[in-house]
Amino acid sequence: MTEAFRRLLRTPQGALSIALLILLAAVCVAGPALAPYDPEQIDFLGRFSPPGALHWLGADQLGRDVLSRLLVGARSTVPLALLATLLGTLGGTVIGTVSAYLGGRWDEAIMRTIDAVMAVPGLLLALLLVSTLGNGSFNAAIAIAVAFAPGMARVTRSVALTVRNQDYVKAAIARGEGGGWIVFREMLPNVVAPVVIETTIRVAFAVMLFATLSFLGLGAQPPASEWGLMVSEARRYLHQAPWIIIAPSVAIGLTAIAFNLLGDGLRDALNPRDER
Amino acid sequence: MSASWLLRRVLLIAYTILVVSLLVFGITQVLPADAAVTLLGENATPAALEAVRLKLGLGDPVWLQYLRWLSHVLTGDFGVSMRTGQPVGPEMFAALSRSLLLAVGAILVMLVLAVPLGMLAALRQGRLVDMFTSLVSYLGVSLPEFVTATLMLMLFADRLQWLPATGYVAPLEDFWDSVRHLVLPVLTASVILIAHVARMVRSETLDVLHSDYIRAARLKGLPEPVVLLRHALRNALLPVVTIVALDVGYLLGGIIVIEEIFALPGIGRQLVVAITARDLPSIQAGALIMAATYAVANSLADMAYAFLDRRIRYD
Repeated sequence: MTEAFRRLLRTPQGALSIALLILLAAVCVAGPALAPYDPEQIDFLGRFSPPGALHWLGADQLGRDVLSRLLVGARSTVPLALLATLLGTLGGTVIGTVSAYLGGRWDEAIMRTIDAVMAVPGLLLALLLVSTLGNGSFNAAIAIAVAFAPGMARVTRSVALTVRNQDYVKAAIARGEGGGWIVFREMLPNVVAPVVIETTIRVAFAVMLFATLSFLGLGAQPPASEWGLMVSEARRYLHQAPWIIIAPSVAIGLTAIAFNLLGDGLRDALNPRDER
Repeated sequence: MSASWLLRRVLLIAYTILVVSLLVFGITQVLPADAAVTLLGENATPAALEAVRLKLGLGDPVWLQYLRWLSHVLTGDFGVSMRTGQPVGPEMFAALSRSLLLAVGAILVMLVLAVPLGMLAALRQGRLVDMFTSLVSYLGVSLPEFVTATLMLMLFADRLQWLPATGYVAPLEDFWDSVRHLVLPVLTASVILIAHVARMVRSETLDVLHSDYIRAARLKGLPEPVVLLRHALRNALLPVVTIVALDVGYLLGGIIVIEEIFALPGIGRQLVVAITARDLPSIQAGALIMAATYAVANSLADMAYAFLDRRIRYD
């Protein structure tokens, strides 16, 4: 694992992603301490202040400091996107591995059902789920997790199918181990690496989906300084104060790029044969 | 492509629609909404509410309601919108046609831009074009549609004033005005496709260029353009068909946001309106039609793949 990490750091995209992620983690941990202003402090005289010495990234429609909102807002997006991906991965991995273990008709039935569920676009499924669960950040994260599970199940199953035919699994079956033991102790640990790569790329997607739900008014609620919500609220002032839109847009983009780069870097680092 | 393969595809589409109908119906059952109240308003008398519930069969067991809904859907009757009182089916299919205009436009823009970009990146590996392509790819997959859309609005509609910001004009009404209104939504929707496909074409072209038959073609003394266009392009494009099919899913999800931002009355916007208004028949119809569109598009892509690659036989 340390060898793989060293290889990751040696690629330009790997190094860049680690640098961005360290920055992101720092902002998530220390955001409120770094913020020059209270992110919810309203200042009507300072409305729409352009970026300058007083407000480095300008002030928004209520005179709130955009930089402070960005720094504090990282907390309302990134941890929940991580949680959503983790839950979705967990669910999908178990379904995929069990499906591969059962094989035959059961496998066929589970996979066809998953294909069918995946015919509903992820965003639509998330929208429907949030409207049943109620608006809010946590519900949005749950909805994203559910929307992710089928895709993760498909990826895991294809990996687990090859694991299923390995000698150590056959040996466990021959020993007469129970189904639970084989799935959780023999198969799951061996599907981890490819799943990790897929998960990393999905975090980027979760960040985007989460921001999108907030943008549509279904995720984080005002006055939260969630990035998607910030873009949504600033949209009406696009002409007079473009900086209120650009700053959170860049933050979302950079976060997603960091995880996408990490995913690609990991893929290269864990498959050293493939030079591209 | 044998008859049995086609039959299997049709069965899979039917199964997809069945599963999605169960899923969507299940979700709409849990939705915190009372159809009778949505229909009559908060101030309706209890007696009137009861009469509507009886008429809609809301007191019946859920499975009976599901079967009744499904049997109506199968005859093409999606019910009546609680918001407008109009039949949902025709409204949704009209919206779908506007969305398809957007989707097909995005796929065309993608093919025109992404394929040459990807091939060029592969041929000039490590050079400026290659770096530019990977930058575009990373930006494309890392910016959510609402960000791309808002930035496009800001640049092309607000600053430069080249294009109208929102709205929709039917192509038959005024063709050029229709195109002008479609440019920004189409460009927004194509960004993520361009990102995916350019990357895919690049890596496939690289694979093909290192293959034995390309070496053989060059050793035979064929001119380079012939090698590239006749031998490399065709094989590099095959996997693109698959990724386009998968991207239809992204595209259908993406148009929800894009239509909302550009006020384009497609199926995505209809769905958002329906979800906000708790208009159950519209939600059910919209989600089902969207999923069916995806399933059909996927099957078409599979067929196209089999047609292009004669080595694959679906029996």
